Amino acid sequence: MSAIQLVLEPLGYDFMLRALATTLIASIVCAVLSCWLVLIGWSLMGDAVSHAVLPGVVLAYVLGAPFALGAVVFGFLAVGLIGAVRDTSRIKEDAAIGIVFTSLFALGLVLISVTPSHTDLNHIIFGNLLGVSWSELLQVAILGAITLTVLVAKNRDFTLFAFDPTHAHALGLNPKLLGATLLGLLALTSVVALQAVGVVLVVAMLIIPGATAYLLTDRFQRMLFIAPAISIACAVAGLYSSYYLDTASGGMVVLSQGAIFALVYLFSPRHGLIGRRLSARRRRRDLIGADAGA
Amino acid sequence: MSAPAIAVDEVTVHYGQVLALDRAALTLETGRICGLIGMNGSGKSTLFKTIMGLLEPDQGRVLINGASTTSARRSGILGYVPQSEDVDWDFPLSVREVVTMGRYGHMGPLRIRRKTDREAVDRALERVELTEYADRQIGQLSGGQKKRAFVARGIAQGATILLLDEPFAGVDKRTEATITRLLRELAEDGATVLVSTHDLHALPDLADEAILLMRRVLLHGDPQEVLRPENLALAFGLDVMNSGDGA
Repeated sequence: MSAIQLVLEPLGYDFMLRALATTLIASIVCAVLSCWLVLIGWSLMGDAVSHAVLPGVVLAYVLGAPFALGAVVFGFLAVGLIGAVRDTSRIKEDAAIGIVFTSLFALGLVLISVTPSHTDLNHIIFGNLLGVSWSELLQVAILGAITLTVLVAKNRDFTLFAFDPTHAHALGLNPKLLGATLLGLLALTSVVALQAVGVVLVVAMLIIPGATAYLLTDRFQRMLFIAPAISIACAVAGLYSSYYLDTASGGMVVLSQGAIFALVYLFSPRHGLIGRRLSARRRRRDLIGADAGA
Repeated sequence: MSAPAIAVDEVTVHYGQVLALDRAALTLETGRICGLIGMNGSGKSTLFKTIMGLLEPDQGRVLINGASTTSARRSGILGYVPQSEDVDWDFPLSVREVVTMGRYGHMGPLRIRRKTDREAVDRALERVELTEYADRQIGQLSGGQKKRAFVARGIAQGATILLLDEPFAGVDKRTEATITRLLRELAEDGATVLVSTHDLHALPDLADEAILLMRRVLLHGDPQEVLRPENLALAFGLDVMNSGDGA
């Protein structure tokens, strides 16, 4: 089989086309958002919100409301509860996050178990990329477009908020509102991504691309391109390998991201463990060479 | 007569049960440099936060050029240089990008740079002599350059009131002199500067006046006067008098 056939064969199936489109949208939106999350230090918050949306999504399913609505409500509920536990008791934030999101996630699991027709809902937990319907794809596309538009339009303000919220305040901006907007977008993004990889693995897509890009560049605006580029490559690689190896598609997408991160962590010229030393050695050799030539 | 640049009127702030500022009162006229000294926990940071409108006082009020802190922020006249330990120096931004953030109040909602913004950033970088370092990542500057980068952000912003939180912590004498010269130049051009510092020796060179803070304003006057051992003892206890070398 030629290389072109290898690429085209899976796309002959409608379900693979839908799977590819869904993964690509989720990859791009998650990757762009992840750039801010890793710099603000909200990775754990991403983990928490993406899990805590589960009961919201189940309730929305039961009531026939849009998934996004339930997700945003429970996303904010989680953030509010975490803040309340942290501020009004002696419990530290990491423990507060752990308590709140696991409890809400458990509530989601229980709700699923008492809801008739659980096949659909179980897909939310582990993702069911190959079973995405056209209407689900449409929902992912709309939510993804909204989220990406807000992120791109408010790019500079979010970056200022991440870097120096006090300065944002001094300029007359509202850092609390900017933070809340990011958290709302995080909840929406979780809905987008759970179609692709499921609640359990969403957090990977919300952290790994941004963290990888951060090791590759010292310019935030470049991170915003590098992160989605990596994420897209991993989505395609993961999906194809899952098709040919007959393995879990969501798992393969995240596994590719983990592999790329490991490579960058080791070999990034500027910030990689080994790459840093190699660049330093090359600089030294150039220096000695220049001395010898002089 | 114009209103003072900063007027703090009997401001009281509590953190829960803890009293952080107790009827603190001060006025600072335009174009003056004022050094703010006091122990850790004397309320220096709280005072800064109150002046910036980050904290709402339990009692009293703050007026900036005779108007509320909210309107001062909207007009962009409040510039602020954070303490080094409050900045993420690994953040992937260049010096130019940080200085450009000072212009956001002048830009549209999408923060697209216009020619005037670029020129203002270039001028600010030139003013603090960081033009050749403009494209460096902020963490790759020396201690003094980092401070100057944030001062440049305030200049680009068009801030006429600069608040600097411990700008001399961890910088050498030569750097301190450079920053002092820069602040004096800005004050001559009409900027009002409030600086919190632990470096009592350098205070007379830097400041026109000084404030001794211990939850309330113990003393406000000429730096030499404030630095007299019997006055410092009010704020720091007797250690200063005995050790003789200030902070």
